Amino acid sequence: METLIAIVIGILFTIGTYLMLSNQMLRIILGLSLISHAVNLMIIIMGGLKTGGPPLLSERTKDFTDAIPQALILTAIVINFAVTAFLLVLSYRTYKKHGTDDMNNLRGNEHE
Amino acid sequence: MNNLLIWPVILPLIAGMLFILLRNKIHLQRVLSVVVLAVVTGISIVLMNQIQANGIQTLQLGGWQAPFGIGLVADMFSILLVLTTSIVAFCCVVFSFKIIGKDRENHYFYSLVLFLITGINGSFLTGDLFNLYVFFEVLLLASYVLVSLGGKKVQLRETMKYVIINVLSSAFFLVGIAYMYSITGTLSLAHISVRIAEVGQDGFITTVAILFILVFGMKAGLFLFYWLPGSYSVPPAAVSALFAALLTKVGIYAIMRMFTLVFYHEPGITHLFIGILAAITMILGGIGAIGYWDINKILTYNVIIGAGFILAGFAAFTDSGTLGSIYYLIHDMIVKALIFLIGGVVVYLTGTTNLKEMSGLIRNHPYLGWMFFIAALSLIGIPPLSGFIGKVFITKGTFEAGYYWLGAIGLIASLLILYSVMKIFMNAFWGETVLSEEEEKGTTKGVMIPIALLTILTIALGIGPEFINAYVETAVESLMNPQTYIDAVFAGNDIP
Repeated sequence: METLIAIVIGILFTIGTYLMLSNQMLRIILGLSLISHAVNLMIIIMGGLKTGGPPLLSERTKDFTDAIPQALILTAIVINFAVTAFLLVLSYRTYKKHGTDDMNNLRGNEHE
Repeated sequence: MNNLLIWPVILPLIAGMLFILLRNKIHLQRVLSVVVLAVVTGISIVLMNQIQANGIQTLQLGGWQAPFGIGLVADMFSILLVLTTSIVAFCCVVFSFKIIGKDRENHYFYSLVLFLITGINGSFLTGDLFNLYVFFEVLLLASYVLVSLGGKKVQLRETMKYVIINVLSSAFFLVGIAYMYSITGTLSLAHISVRIAEVGQDGFITTVAILFILVFGMKAGLFLFYWLPGSYSVPPAAVSALFAALLTKVGIYAIMRMFTLVFYHEPGITHLFIGILAAITMILGGIGAIGYWDINKILTYNVIIGAGFILAGFAAFTDSGTLGSIYYLIHDMIVKALIFLIGGVVVYLTGTTNLKEMSGLIRNHPYLGWMFFIAALSLIGIPPLSGFIGKVFITKGTFEAGYYWLGAIGLIASLLILYSVMKIFMNAFWGETVLSEEEEKGTTKGVMIPIALLTILTIALGIGPEFINAYVETAVESLMNPQTYIDAVFAGNDIP
């Protein structure tokens, strides 16, 4: 299962990188979003994947799930959500102001 | 356990949230933000003396003992930076009263500045790797809004790049955290340090260390700095001064903390890598600084050289190199804020950033001119000013470690800084006075106090380093002996 998810993470990273290398703003944002999801998946397999183990440790339980990666991902998702929302608004404003969503036209002063 | 530790983090946070409710009471916001920053300065001075007397102070939040809880840890190094941050932020906020303008003030400017300070102080004080990430995000999100606030074309354009590059580097930060967790099974910095010391720093851990160098280097303006000149030169002077003084320093702090506490076993690989990046940074930053005729661009490239120089001293990884780095870090925070504020006033007076269009400001503004001169000399490290002592120790440290090339590049970079700031002084302040006082776009009334305060501070630090020398030496001692940090965090408990 871990191997399968590792491959999924690799695919997500590839697609994210491909999207980030394009010129359109929205594609770049989607690419960033995919990379963030890939990272979240990666954190969860770092704690090990298990089924049936409660996230509690007592003297009787032998098998338990590590709850920390899930707590980390929860925080990371919230932060990523806020940043993506901000980035979308920012790109909309930039598009309105500059009249273009092509990053090539937003390079520097000489392109204004 | 020391409950004072939480105040530098939550006091600005509470005040910032309060300001959102008191949106229209600008005057109250101004007074409160100054009071909050002054109180944080006072608390950090108290903490500094406590640390000097009793050693490293910790606060295990919620009473969960390390390594299970998320703790705050203040050693001398972090509290010195918290103190400098509060002073610099105080000056920048006072400066912004006059210049920042009604629009920004009505759109939560003071809240955002205080959130930024929350994130910065939190990053300096936290003892937990994931908490460091969270505080980084707090300060980054505040900084995204501060760069774009105003909504000018150029601001939006540069903010896009700034946000994209930082979101990407945060993703890689999380990748690093995930690897660290899978290797060590813990996130408390002290505990990670113990675990890595047990298993030894093998190739895989060193690779993760280099990932961390790249992530923090991106924030510190080390080598991967190409986003920095754009996004630091577009916001108004008070904001860019805050950024130049504080934001890159958080990245530098993170590198210094991680590579003295956690990844200190292979200095031949990791620290040399930092040294090489620092050398390249200084060279490229120097080329940028002498190449531009835009005052904001020249100053932002000086930020890059500064980051390279501080990490050059750290890369040597000797006592005197680290001592120099800490001195220079404190100096750099103060003097970068100073020179950006003066640059902001110059732009404010002349209405242009192009050096070729300004001339002879010193006739009408002698104090401003001479304070710029002092700041410029301090930046280069002329003896009676604060840059000198740091520069001497950094150079000594690199020579002791045998990195002669690194020390030499540092000194050459100083020459390039000299050329670039003298270019500003000669063109903006000397020469024929082209603007009479009536023709100027603004006045210096009310903005001279924070500038004077910072100038006095840089002179005082240069003339009387004995006052802080004892503190800085304590900082070096605890940085170079990770065991003291670990002992303070675990406070005699068993390390699981």
